[in-house]
Amino acid sequence: MMKQDLYAIYSIWLREMLRFFRLKSRLFGSIASPFFFLAFLGIGFGNGASLPGIPQGLAYVSFLTPGIIGMTLLFSATFAGLSVLWDREFGFLKEIMVAPVSRIAIVLGRTAGGLTTGILQAVIILISGIFLGMAMPSIQGFLMSLLFMILIAATFIGLGLAFASKMEDMSGFSLIMNFLIFPLFFLSGALFPLDRFPGVVKDLAYLNPLTYGVDGLRYSLIGTSAFSPVLDLAVLVVYCSAMLFLGAYLFENTEVK
Amino acid sequence: MTEITGAVEVGNVTKTALDRNDAAISIHGLTKKFGNITAVNQISLDIKKGELFGLLGANGAGKSTIIKMLTTMLTPTEGEAWVWGHEVVKERNLVRSSIGVVFQDPAVDGMLTGRENLDFHGRMYGMDGELRKRRIQEVLELVDLVEKADEKLEDYSGGMQRRLEIARGLMHYPHVLFLDEPTLGLDAQTRRHIWQYIRNMNEEKGVTIILTTHYMEEADSLCDRVAIIDNGKIVALDTPENLKDEIGSDTISLDVQSGAEALMQSLRPISWIRSIIANNGTIELMVDHAQSRIPEVMQHANRCCAKITSVGLHEPTLEDVFLKYTGRKIRETGSHANSMIARMHMRRG
Repeated sequence: MMKQDLYAIYSIWLREMLRFFRLKSRLFGSIASPFFFLAFLGIGFGNGASLPGIPQGLAYVSFLTPGIIGMTLLFSATFAGLSVLWDREFGFLKEIMVAPVSRIAIVLGRTAGGLTTGILQAVIILISGIFLGMAMPSIQGFLMSLLFMILIAATFIGLGLAFASKMEDMSGFSLIMNFLIFPLFFLSGALFPLDRFPGVVKDLAYLNPLTYGVDGLRYSLIGTSAFSPVLDLAVLVVYCSAMLFLGAYLFENTEVK
Repeated sequence: MTEITGAVEVGNVTKTALDRNDAAISIHGLTKKFGNITAVNQISLDIKKGELFGLLGANGAGKSTIIKMLTTMLTPTEGEAWVWGHEVVKERNLVRSSIGVVFQDPAVDGMLTGRENLDFHGRMYGMDGELRKRRIQEVLELVDLVEKADEKLEDYSGGMQRRLEIARGLMHYPHVLFLDEPTLGLDAQTRRHIWQYIRNMNEEKGVTIILTTHYMEEADSLCDRVAIIDNGKIVALDTPENLKDEIGSDTISLDVQSGAEALMQSLRPISWIRSIIANNGTIELMVDHAQSRIPEVMQHANRCCAKITSVGLHEPTLEDVFLKYTGRKIRETGSHANSMIARMHMRRG
């Protein structure tokens, strides 16, 4: 990797930061919906009404917080990947693509930007969860959860990037939201244990990378999980590499008309 | 016309690497198809170093597609092209570092300030902090935007945005600068301003410039050479002067109320009048340097007591050249297929 590519990664990352913090409404908007999910579902289901499948004595808000962190990462990372579409629409993609830097550097810069903003939002949700009654995680647990956050975010940045590279305009955006992102969210065990799904739906959930992400977050933050954390980690690493590779490959071959 | 066939032949004959290095841009049989539509059709062309070259054509003629292939934004369907000695498909990054581009549609980040947009650009071209700072100041001064530098781009007017983009295109000292419709949609004053910048960059900094335009005056007043593009092909290629000369001489048209016959008799022997056409009380004289010939014509009219009610003067323009080669005026849109491409381009930006 050349010096110029490192400059480019930094430049693209810096632009994402400037945009993210400059647009206050987006900043609050992006954090508001996961926060409401967390607060209203967490308070609404309360401590007593534990759902079957949730370990005895565990407050629902503790179970829910890792799930909502997963949701936050899913949405913000997919958006970060899809933001190529905005750049295409507003023309800035041409400025990026005509620069003499490797396409991989462009992908890495975007990924770095998406990771930063995604994890920032996730940590805000984590803190909100603690305020709402979740037990404070240990330092090791927190650090482990950061690892899972990175893997989840990178996976969905790759996915968003792959879609954005293949789409010519924004018309497919709501399709992706309604038929991909929301199902991924609901089929991840973020809100309730997977045991409650019938067989076929459960199988779908097992194919969902977010399932393993949320499970890994639960293990890290509240010490309970459906699968072994090693399995969670392994599956996520595979998905993450595959998605980033796919996103980078499709982006590399995108034409700017 | 010898110029045109000459240039096309150069493209078809096998070229040596030396030729390529000598030209700023060398294009050989370049073609781009979008599905069934051929946007650019077998174009061959050489552009010299230091030249200010214009691609003139209607919307959808294929100008932007040529620019996008030369700037590595689109992959050619067939053919080859070298920019500053680098092949546009195999040596994309070398091409990219040799060029600056100002695209037809805005390519700025509206949420960033002018300075931040330039800063982003400088980093992408590997410029370190000190150099960036200096260059940003230089190019901002060049386009009179120093005071606006810390405002967001979305608060700029169209003309200011355009100027910032031109500044940005120059920031990294490109060898070749591509300007795709640099003055599209700008008011007359801003347009003249930008013409002045373009001229200065070319003459003082020696930057090779390729611009596309559908404004005749722009091509005429700025460009050393002009290629007229129609339906994805080069239909004429020469200096604006030579192109206009081909159309022929100037025309003096006289509306004559009486004594037309006598006047014709009197004018016929004059050697500098190339031809005379009389038509319904109008006499048209084909001459060179028409402006300086009018007094003499009037003297002849006085002498033979012909009564002239009005005198018209028409010098050939690139518009006439365009009409001659394409069979229509430039404001009329191209064929159906090409106007579809034009719309596609507009929508996508």
